[in-house]
Amino acid sequence: MVDQYKKLGIRFMKKLLTVSLLSAAVLAGTAQARDYDTVRFGVDVPYEPMEYRLPNGDLTGFDIELGNALCDEIGIDCTWTVQGWDGIIPGLLARKYDAIMSSMTINDQRRKQVLFSDPYFTPPSAWFAPADSKITVPSKQTLEGKTIGVQRGTLQDNYATDMFGDVADINRYSTADDMVLDMDAGRLDIVFLDFPVGKSTLLDSNNGDYKIVGKMISEPKKYFGDGFGIAFRKRDKELAEKFNAALATLKDNGTYDKLYSKYFETKK
Amino acid sequence: MIDLQGYGPRLLQGAWVTIELGLLSLLLSIILGLLTATAKMSRSWIAHRLGTLYTTLIRGVPDLVLMMLLFFGGQIGVNMITDWLYYQFDIDIFININEFVAGVVTIGLIFGAYMGETFRGAFLAVDSGQIEAARAYGMSESLMFRRIRFPQMMRHALPGLSNNWMVLLKTTALVSVIGLTDMVRVAEEATKATHEPFTFLIPVAVIYLLIASVSEWGFARLQKRYNVGFGES
Amino acid sequence: MEQLNAWFTRLLADNEIFTAQTIGYYAHGLANTAQLVLLSLLIGLMLAVPLAIGRSSPRPWLKWPIFLYTYVFRGTPLLIQLYIIYYGVVFVEGIQDTWLWLILEKPFYPALIAFTLNTAAYTTEIFRGAIKATPRGEIEAARAYGMSRAKMLRRIVLPSAFRRALPAYGNEVIFMLHASAIASVVTIMDLTGAARFVYARFYAPFDAFLFVAAIYLCLTFGILYLFRYLEKRLLAHLKPQT
Repeated sequence: MVDQYKKLGIRFMKKLLTVSLLSAAVLAGTAQARDYDTVRFGVDVPYEPMEYRLPNGDLTGFDIELGNALCDEIGIDCTWTVQGWDGIIPGLLARKYDAIMSSMTINDQRRKQVLFSDPYFTPPSAWFAPADSKITVPSKQTLEGKTIGVQRGTLQDNYATDMFGDVADINRYSTADDMVLDMDAGRLDIVFLDFPVGKSTLLDSNNGDYKIVGKMISEPKKYFGDGFGIAFRKRDKELAEKFNAALATLKDNGTYDKLYSKYFETKK
Repeated sequence: MIDLQGYGPRLLQGAWVTIELGLLSLLLSIILGLLTATAKMSRSWIAHRLGTLYTTLIRGVPDLVLMMLLFFGGQIGVNMITDWLYYQFDIDIFININEFVAGVVTIGLIFGAYMGETFRGAFLAVDSGQIEAARAYGMSESLMFRRIRFPQMMRHALPGLSNNWMVLLKTTALVSVIGLTDMVRVAEEATKATHEPFTFLIPVAVIYLLIASVSEWGFARLQKRYNVGFGES
Repeated sequence: MEQLNAWFTRLLADNEIFTAQTIGYYAHGLANTAQLVLLSLLIGLMLAVPLAIGRSSPRPWLKWPIFLYTYVFRGTPLLIQLYIIYYGVVFVEGIQDTWLWLILEKPFYPALIAFTLNTAAYTTEIFRGAIKATPRGEIEAARAYGMSRAKMLRRIVLPSAFRRALPAYGNEVIFMLHASAIASVVTIMDLTGAARFVYARFYAPFDAFLFVAAIYLCLTFGILYLFRYLEKRLLAHLKPQT
């Protein structure tokens, strides 16, 4: 009695195999030419003001505009693919897109996996707290027992975990947005963020009064790396060179400065 | 009535994504379920062991963990394979494991195990007297399967199927955690931008209830059709 | 024993990912998961028994509100319920100033509330089914003895309902264990949260998630064997006589 189930099973198995092979082939791109005339960028959204969405779904932000300007300079087309931060490097390596331009800090750990362009932006990080917070300077004593917010997997996460993980509670969020929401809700005592992002989402927002605690931090290099860079697959050296050249040109001809002052009022 | 602040269309798009995800996963899970039931009832001990291994693993690990394993690990795994293909054979393909595919595969895999149990019970419940009678009439195996086994099996399987679908529907919400823009994700985004959680989360909950009610009605009708001649089952 | 210890510490020290620090995170995560699951199951159970009794009562003003509650909580995803409670609670006017805030501030308690309400809804339905399935004979006998409804519930219906509900409740416990992974979405450092942390830090999805999957597998088997044992002890009278 069970034999025809076996036969059915085998028939099903064969069908399944062909369907999956066909779909793999269908999903496969044709052999990618080494010369890219369209570059696909991977970006994690939102991370205001670097990259974020307008309510109608359009992408905008410093990274987006700079990226588009660079592509114009090189003379190629760019498209933007949204990818969560957790999977952004695996996605690049899996050829889901060709470059990452998403406020990614250049550091040694990432250098093991990807190739970086020259740094295009080097913001410091800063601690932000409610305006009436009694914390004046971040240290093991002042942060003891407090709840710190960071975005999971960022340099701020690594820094905060190593420095204060044993005295404070660290809440790790998938996106900076989640963190800001909890901050506004009063669940966090203090957050550690890239300065421009904190400024845009906390200081300049009208959801509450916030202040910067202590000084802005850019050291030590072990955590803070060398600023934001565009990430490429290791074998795409030519592509990285093209972007470096374009970046230098944009910096020389004032396009970079214009974008910079559009997003970050005063030069640091 | 409720001001959706411009997120309305995207919410509906997200609802559609949820439905697509649910239906595709359902399909995959039914296929896997039939395969598993076959394997578990087969005389080959390998098939039996494989089937049991599959259902044990799936029922022992949380859905969310499987989803992340498949999505994050899957990209790297597939990447290792395509890299090897590239270096050995100079074949440059890429297989896209996006959030939707990862969601469908994960949910399909998970519920394939549960469907397997449902189908196994349903096949076993088919009255052997009917099979004997069919053989006595000289029916071929495939005719017997088409006319006798399958319809009767479906009658027994439908309640389990409908239960599994209800759970599957709710599991689709998890795909928002790995980043798929389904309606839960849109509601999340809207909440974060506007600081109004109830405005978006409650409509989403209502939509889930709506889909569930429609499904219940659909299954009730299917059950009536397959129960023809049997009275209240 | 000492040698084993030394070997283990060396193994941890050499390994880049499974250091003492990350194992610590997993242990912490395990503790959190256990707390969340056990507490929500316990409180949910205590809520479910009276709710199930109310649900099986003939009085409509008792039956329908409870039905509404179970319908909504079983018909919507746990993730949505968690979001509504976690984010929504903040927007109750002035809640930050009350004593409630001391509990609701930490993500653990909103998650506990969401999980408890969810499991209570499912458990209520399980018990209601078990109560409904009480053999007619037993009820008739109880009535013949002149037992009041309350006494009948206490002496006859509930004890046998508990036993009947055992298999389904065992499933519910396992579902709760798996559902608890969702807590990591609201920053709770449970088992899944630990895995996500390790993945984010070391870009090692297989190490991080396979390890945690293995832990969940062990926990699931533990619960499975526990319930099989309980069923053997308590449901022995229902087993087919050889």
